[in-house]
Amino acid sequence: MEPWEEQDGPEVVKRFMYVNRRAPYGTIYALECLEVVLIAAAFDQDVSVVFVDDGVYQLKKNQDTTAIGMKNFSKTYRALDDYDVEKIYVEKESLEKRGLTAGDLVIPVEVIAADKLREIMAQQDVVISS
Amino acid sequence: MKFGILINEGPFTHQASDSAYRFALAAIEKGHQVSRVFFYNDGVNNSNRLSEPQSDDRNLVALWAELAKTHGVDLVVCIAAALRRGIKEQVLQEGFRISGLGQLVEAGIQNDRLVVFGD
Repeated sequence: MEPWEEQDGPEVVKRFMYVNRRAPYGTIYALECLEVVLIAAAFDQDVSVVFVDDGVYQLKKNQDTTAIGMKNFSKTYRALDDYDVEKIYVEKESLEKRGLTAGDLVIPVEVIAADKLREIMAQQDVVISS
Repeated sequence: MKFGILINEGPFTHQASDSAYRFALAAIEKGHQVSRVFFYNDGVNNSNRLSEPQSDDRNLVALWAELAKTHGVDLVVCIAAALRRGIKEQVLQEGFRISGLGQLVEAGIQNDRLVVFGD
């Protein structure tokens, strides 16, 4: 390494977790959280996205928002893969409580139990929940 | 310790902004640094200088400006969230600036802690 290369030190890579807890419509949290994740993906950080509670509905297939006049943004989650966001966790208990399985979701996800999710969450540097 | 703060609620419906303000003040008084407050979701309404709370109520918009002036805290309003809600340069309180979501990620990277205040 040349002397001038040392000055900046190593690139900082932190673990960022974005936790979605709410249904996709009714409040703006889901949409605006997705906007953060898509921007954050450009920053070469270790990004994971979590869906718990009613947040699991954000990924539900066949959403039809015609009657409420809102934009159906569920297809945008497919872009996460293009942005190299590969750690997508859905809490098993939340899915089961709502009668859903991984097959009901618009993208492939890793379904994990609450205690495992707790472990992963504890390892994060930054947790942003909405 | 170096703190970044994220505020996700407006200054009137929820207590989140008040709690964040008091946290920032307490941290600074204890000798910590608050480098940036990032305003997202309805949190962008904290920057609207046209808001006029009643005279016997606290005025958070003004308090934030004072905090920025006294302690050099960088107050950043998310542009995407702001435009939706009619927050533009024309109504922006002194001490705030409008910028992108990258500033939030940067606050997460550069500070020891990013503390989130929301619902």
